Amino acid sequence: MLNHTFIQLILVQIREFYREPASLFWSLLFPILMAWGLGIAFSNKPEQTKTIALVLIENQRMESFETLIAKAIFERKKDSITNAVFYQINYGNENIGITHFKIKLVNMQQAELMIKRGNASLIITTNDNKLEYHFDKYNADAQLSYLQLTSLINGENLSNQQSEIKPMTEKGTRYVDFLIPGLIAMNVMMSTMWGISYTLIETRTKKLLRRMVATPMPKWEYIMSHIVARIILCFVEAIIIFSFAYYYFDITIEGSVFAFIILFISGIVAFSGISVLIASRTAKTQVGNGLINLIVMPMMLLSGIYFSYHNFPLQVIPFIQALPLTMLADGVKAIFNESAGFAQVWKYIVVLNMIGVLSFTIGLKYFKWY
Amino acid sequence: MFNASKVFEMETPILEVKEVYKHFKEVKAVDGVSFNVENGEFIALLGPNGAGKTTTVEMIEGIQKPTSGEINISGMHWYGNESKLHRLISLSLQETRFIDKLTVKETVQLFASFYSLPHTRVNEVIEIVNLTEKKKSYVQDLSGGQRQKLALAIALLNNAPLLLLDEPTTGLDPTARREIWNILMNLKQNQKTSLILTTHYMEEAEFLCDRIIIMDKGKILAQGTLHELLSANNSKEIIEFSTLNSFPIDFFCGDGVFKLVWDDKTNSGKLIVKSIVEHLPIFLTRVKDRGIELTQLECRKLTLDDLFISMTGKHLGD
Repeated sequence: MLNHTFIQLILVQIREFYREPASLFWSLLFPILMAWGLGIAFSNKPEQTKTIALVLIENQRMESFETLIAKAIFERKKDSITNAVFYQINYGNENIGITHFKIKLVNMQQAELMIKRGNASLIITTNDNKLEYHFDKYNADAQLSYLQLTSLINGENLSNQQSEIKPMTEKGTRYVDFLIPGLIAMNVMMSTMWGISYTLIETRTKKLLRRMVATPMPKWEYIMSHIVARIILCFVEAIIIFSFAYYYFDITIEGSVFAFIILFISGIVAFSGISVLIASRTAKTQVGNGLINLIVMPMMLLSGIYFSYHNFPLQVIPFIQALPLTMLADGVKAIFNESAGFAQVWKYIVVLNMIGVLSFTIGLKYFKWY
Repeated sequence: MFNASKVFEMETPILEVKEVYKHFKEVKAVDGVSFNVENGEFIALLGPNGAGKTTTVEMIEGIQKPTSGEINISGMHWYGNESKLHRLISLSLQETRFIDKLTVKETVQLFASFYSLPHTRVNEVIEIVNLTEKKKSYVQDLSGGQRQKLALAIALLNNAPLLLLDEPTTGLDPTARREIWNILMNLKQNQKTSLILTTHYMEEAEFLCDRIIIMDKGKILAQGTLHELLSANNSKEIIEFSTLNSFPIDFFCGDGVFKLVWDDKTNSGKLIVKSIVEHLPIFLTRVKDRGIELTQLECRKLTLDDLFISMTGKHLGD
């Protein structure tokens, strides 16, 4: 049994995988670090602090600024390290979320530097006994800070109004719920594209491919072994990422696990096909590197892994939705967070398999064995 | 009664190459090459780079198609017989890099699985090439010679009747080279394997092969046993000399001088002559008359090396 060509070819892939520390790091540890880092960075933030730059006109005293913000509740504080004076105004409550505004007195040059470096998104200047606000009108964060601050300074604290705010903390609505399924989908793409394309091109460059096809080895078994090995390795990777997310972020699969497995394999099929197509003629690993990046990079950015693709212009969204990674990520997210099953994801499954089979067929037709 | 020698005579040669041409756009890589390889025969393909050796070998391997001509292996064409021929031929390429993170044994085992060979054969070939101690080492930790032995072990796996080895000892130190020669000599004694070996090393061809084919510019210049090649030229002898300064050399040409080879860089030359006894006095007189100072002088019979240079005008490594 172990002597069978197909089993031996799969064993080669698996041995190469676990004997290479770099591949273990990039495919197992790195996604976990990403999930952990981003999951922490964008959640668990009941309170946040925002710095605002305050520039007073020449010879103006601090007290005159204080009279301008007299309607708000503020504290005058000193920075424990730099000893610089700043004002703190607090916005919100437990339900709406709490923001501490730290208004730092600086000169105009420093204020501009703070904006450029992203340390502050808003500058307040005093002019003719009035407050003036300077910010990028397309920066949503600056807009929000402006609205929150002006409401406080005008004495109308919106957060104290009696509208009913019910904070959402249930599963499926947090950023980490959005992130983890996307990361699992992206890992399928990265693992498959690099694992298959790069290995095929390298084997050709080393003349090993040529040596192998000079034996009775069936060519299709060779290519298929890469795909089957990748399915095994991708499952191992996904199980490790998922276990981490389950224990650390309490993430579960709300929908059909079976539909998830079929969708997951369909994703591997799609990217395997693309990998074989990319690797079909290339004889240089450097060219291969470029080609893989050319396919992988746009999808990493566009397919809604780290942030929703619905922020892109309306006209391009249909194109983004036609990308294989978008289909896979949307499908996995629907199964994880929206209790979806086959009824919701069958279209993705069909299209992903079609992409895989089509590019596989073309790739194999033009495949350069030596 | 069964007569073995008669059967042997009737057998088709393991390889027939008939009037094979391979033309690329403007290059005639192989230009009408014909030769046979009999069962159990060891053949060396000698030639400088660009002689057409590799193209010839690749056409035999089925990797390239001849523009015209015929190649039969055990009487079969490549077309339609691929799976059978892959079992009849085994090869070692000029440079194959196996998978770094596999052990020697795992690598041989992988190839053994392509031929559905049992586990015992894996250990056997590793033993034949003296790699038993390195069985569990990763390929990346092997020396150049050990890698060549691994490639050889894989080539020996299926006991193919025709073995093609493309420069199996290039870049190896003399000890490693000698070790590979011994493995191949054992093979010659124990089995009925035919071998085609391309090489830069004259002594390798002399030591291992029954027959030598000298190629240059896509054509076969000469073929035969070492004895045949040399005896066809046995009426030729060599005067080898070096001088202190460079000088016009054409005055040496004359009756009974077959060829003059002169190297400007080293100020050394070779005169291929009919008879040393007859030509050496004439040579020395002419040298003396012109006041040329000799730094070295040697007279000897023609070797294969000289023959090669006189035929191609190049050294083997060129």
